[in-house]
Formats: sequence, C-alpha cells, structure tokens
Amino acid sequence: MAAIALRNLVKRYADDFLAVDDVSLDIADGEFMILVGPSGCGKSTLLRMIVGLEDITSGDVIIGGKRVNDKAPRERNLAMVFQNYALYPHLSVYENIAFPLRLAKLPDATVRQKVEHAAAMLELEEHLHRRPAQLSGGQRQRVAMGRAIVRDADAFLFDEPLSNLDAKLRGQMRTEIARMQRRLGTTTVYVTHDQTEAMTLGDRVAVLRRGVLQQCATPRELYEQPVNLFVAGFIGSPPMNLLPARLQGGRVELPFLSIPRPPGLVGAPEGKLLVAGIRPECFNRAESVDPAARAHGATFRAVLDVTEWLGNQQYGYVPFEAPADLRAQLDSLAADLDYEAREPQLVISLDPAARVAEGETVELWVDTAKLYLFDPQSGENLTRGTVL
Amino acid sequence: MRLRANLGLIIAACLIVMYALFPVVWMLMLSLKVDAQSPGFFPANWTLQNYLSVFRSGLFLSALRNSVGISLIATVLSVVLATFAAYAIARLDFSGKKLVLSMALAIAMFPTISLVPPLFEMWRTLGIYDTWLGLIIPYMSFTLPLSIWTLSAFFREIPWELEQAAQVDGATPWQAFRKVIVPLAAPGVFTAGILTFFFAWNDFVFGISLTASEAARPVPAALAFFTGESFFTQPAAQIAAASLIVTIPVIILVLLFQRNIVAGLTSGAVKG
Repeated sequence: MAAIALRNLVKRYADDFLAVDDVSLDIADGEFMILVGPSGCGKSTLLRMIVGLEDITSGDVIIGGKRVNDKAPRERNLAMVFQNYALYPHLSVYENIAFPLRLAKLPDATVRQKVEHAAAMLELEEHLHRRPAQLSGGQRQRVAMGRAIVRDADAFLFDEPLSNLDAKLRGQMRTEIARMQRRLGTTTVYVTHDQTEAMTLGDRVAVLRRGVLQQCATPRELYEQPVNLFVAGFIGSPPMNLLPARLQGGRVELPFLSIPRPPGLVGAPEGKLLVAGIRPECFNRAESVDPAARAHGATFRAVLDVTEWLGNQQYGYVPFEAPADLRAQLDSLAADLDYEAREPQLVISLDPAARVAEGETVELWVDTAKLYLFDPQSGENLTRGTVL
Repeated sequence: MRLRANLGLIIAACLIVMYALFPVVWMLMLSLKVDAQSPGFFPANWTLQNYLSVFRSGLFLSALRNSVGISLIATVLSVVLATFAAYAIARLDFSGKKLVLSMALAIAMFPTISLVPPLFEMWRTLGIYDTWLGLIIPYMSFTLPLSIWTLSAFFREIPWELEQAAQVDGATPWQAFRKVIVPLAAPGVFTAGILTFFFAWNDFVFGISLTASEAARPVPAALAFFTGESFFTQPAAQIAAASLIVTIPVIILVLLFQRNIVAGLTSGAVKG
C-alpha cells in the first residue's frame, strides 16, 4: 500500500505531440482514483507513466514517498490490468496467476497457497488448469485481476479493463472491481472513458482534456460544481444543455425565457454573451411540477419535435437557434468531447408516465436555481459555488 | 455424392503419393539388389550387403559425422541469430530496418552457384577452406533471411502488451523475452530451425566445392566420391543405400514437426 503523487508530469513524444501537459495529482493511500476523458486525452499515457512503460519527459512520479522516475516497471511493485487482459496464452490459469510469484522466486507451497486464495476470491477454482483461450471474456478478466492481486502490490492500475466486455457483464464486473478494491483497500488508479464507471467506482475522478488536468474531485462535486464547460459537458448523460445567454438589463436572456441575473455571478459585464448550462433533469412539464417548486423556476412554451421513451426515463428534444460565433464555440467543444456536432437542441428529461405526442407544444418548467453560466472564451464556470 | 467426392479425393491423393514416392521406392529396391545392373524393378536376389558395406566404409561415416555436425551447428547459430534479429525488427523502430529486411531478401534470391568462386578464393586465403566453419558460414547466411522473415512474422503477431505485462509482473526484459515471447514464438523457431537444417543437410553445391577431403566433406558431396566394394563395380546400389540412410533423418523430422512447419509457413497469411 502506498500513496502516489504526480508532480508536474509532462509527456512529449518524439513527433512533438504533447500527450500529458503538466499534470499534478495526489492519490491517497487506499484511494480509488479514476482518470477519465475522451479518447486521446492522455489518460492511458499518464497511467503508463506511473507504471513505467512510458518514459517521463519531465516531472516526478512518487510512490510511497520515493521518486520512481528512473526505476524499471518491475522495480515499482505495481500491478496492472491491461485492456486486452494480456494473459499468457501458453500458460494455464494457475501459472498465469502464479507468474509474478514465480519471478519473485517464492517457494512452491507459498505460491500454491497465494494462488488458491486469489482464485477463491475471484471464483476461478475450477478453471485453474485451463488455458486462457478456453475461458470466456469475464473469466479472462478475472484471471487478469487474479494476477494483479496475488502479489501484494503497492497499487493496482487498470487500463480500461471493461471495454472489451458486453454491457451486461460490464456492469457485473464493475461491482466486482469495486468490491475487491474496498476489501483489499489497495490504492487504485483506473483509466476509463466510460463515465458510468468513473462516477460509480471512484472516490475521486480526474478529468483530462488534451493532456491537461481539468478537475479532480468527487463524482458528486464534478456533477454539481464543474469548473468549466468541458467538465460540465463531459460528465452527465445525456449531456448538459448548453444555450446562448446574454446579460441584459439585470436579466439573463435565454432562447426561450428570461430570468433574473443570478446573485453569485461576478465579473460579467452587461451585454456579454455567455453559455448557459442546464442539465436535462432540471426541466419538467409545467403541470407535473408541484406549485411550491414552481416558484424557484420559470416556465416557457416549446415544441417537442422528438421524444424517446425508455421505460424508466423519457427524453424530449427541442431545437433552438444559436448565434454563429457561439455555435462555432460549441461545435469545437463537441469535437473535443467526441460528440457529433449537430443542430443545437435542448434535451429535456420528462416524467416517464406522461404521454407526450411528438410535435406537440407543451408548457415546460425549468429549475433556474440550477443554471450554470460559463465564459464562452475560457470555458470557466462563472457560477461555481453558487449553484446548489 | 459424398462417397464419390471422397473416392475422387482418395484416387487423387494416391496418384500424388505414388508420384512423390516412386523414386524413393526405386532407390530402396536398388539398394537391396545384389547386382545393381540386373534388370527389373524388384531385386532378383534380396540382400542387405550394400548397407553393410556403406557403413563399413570410412568415407561414409566421416561424411555422415561432418553432415550432422555442420548442419546442427549451422541450424542452432542461424536460429539463435534469426530470433534476435527478427525480434528487433518486429519490436524496435530503428533506422535502416527496411534496409536489413530487403538485404536479407536479396541474399535469399542470389543463385548459390554464383557465390562459389569468390567463396572458394576467400576461404583459401583465410585458411578455412575444407573446414566445418567454411561450410557453416554459407549455410547460415543463406538460411538467415528465410528464418528472419518467418520469425518476424511470428513476433509481430504476439501482442506487445504481453511483454509489458511480464515487465510489470516483475520480469527483466530478458526474462520477459525468454518466458513469454520465445514460448509463444516456438512454432516459428521450430520451422526456421527445420528449414535451416534441411538446407544444410541437403546442400550439394557448397559441400562439393568448398571441401577437399574427409575433414569437412558432407554426405551429399561424399556420395559423388563413392566407389563401392571394388574399384571396378559401379557403386549404384551402395549409393542408393547411402542416400536412403541420409534421407531417414529428414523424414523423421518432417513427420515429427509437420504441424509446426505448416503453422510456421502460413503464419501471418491467415489471421487467428
């Protein structure tokens, strides 16, 4: 067990591509840290720098108080689970799990006892003498985890371990990983691009964009207090709605409504164009909102051009117009977030019980207390700390 | 329908096998004849005398010793070198990688006979003419290209993560190579080894032109110097017997490793 500290880590490839840009992060002993971001944001590179498979251009990696920059992977005492599991196909499951112990030259009896303990924990006992090729995806995943937990490593590193599994198994393995980590209490760094994994597994989540650390916080804080447009747009599914907002006469003018200027908003001059962010669940149909709640929101009328009913959820889509300059801003953000740039539209979470016809004009209510305002140039959240 | 298709296949297979084995059977029959001149496919009088006389002649035994020694040493050296070279080519990015590969291919395309006169001159100057080393070097250089190409195809199919996983698990780069990469490339190593061995074992051109005495002359070359029991009889029967004896190791190797050979030659061609 050990804490991991990253100090101003930089990774610049030979072709001058900056993969990791000045990342500093403190991972406490026993903490479950998630590195998340769209593809190409440097999260895997960062993980591989911690484990030693990637050279460090500058900065320090400190594990358990010791600088490990110049140590080979084998001297860092970390265990890693790879995306494709990287099981040794010529060895049995038993020998796969025993591999690190054999390298450490432990006596046979100790190896047997440790492998059997790990196998029991992961329910792999009856597969110990089979080859990896004969196992299912979930079983291979568990063997890879077995190989990680069998030696008492200082930390576990996971590189998108669930991305090769189907959706159902992924959910199951996710809880298994969480349970295992809680039980062993080992420091864990987990790379994923899946925000469900990020939100459910992590004690804290670090969001990266183009090699730069955006925000590192608990899942709840990321969701409720995003530092900038990128984090706001990345965390949450369906993503936060981003609308043009203009400050005028002490009010915020949005495409469908106008609300009083939030008291916490500082430093934004009159007439400035901002980006407003509202999560889909802050909307509802006006008639299904109870009157007491209606007071801290605003109502407006709009046409739902498409609705999606999922059983436990229902979403409605409302297209709107955005000024061209803001539109370009939002499109580039969408490209960063791996979304398709598309016509601006509001996504609205509706009461699943309500029957709404497509193309119907409805009266909608929005909880304006949960409206974020971002600076369109810097992306900074101007209302951070004021939205509940 | 099915039976008919099978029947056709069986007949075709029989024809091919007969075509391939006929010379071997002919040699076998010849080697069992008392008088090689006697007409007829089957011997009139059966005898093992030819085999006995082959083994009794010092010429054959020394040639056999040379062949086994030279082929084995050339094979081992070639495979070890090719393994390292192929690993480097598959895993490392270095300038001149293309050059190494195309040079290797160019060597393989050289007609062997064109190298004999320069080698003959060079070996005599260097004093390795008519030695084991004088044969091992050309055998190695002519088999290395194929070995390197076969093996680098094998190495390229091994996911790099396996090696990295081994390193994270506590292996030194050498341990990762030996315990993870080499076992996985074993079929390729076998193929390369067997093909190299066959090349060296069957070679006649270098064997006859770069040797002068029993010190290094391998079996295929020695057969040409075979005289038989007496100077006056045609040694055809003995030559047949000796040829069959040297064919046996090849047959055994092929039977043992035919799966590996096929796997090695088709690797990279078909995925999975």
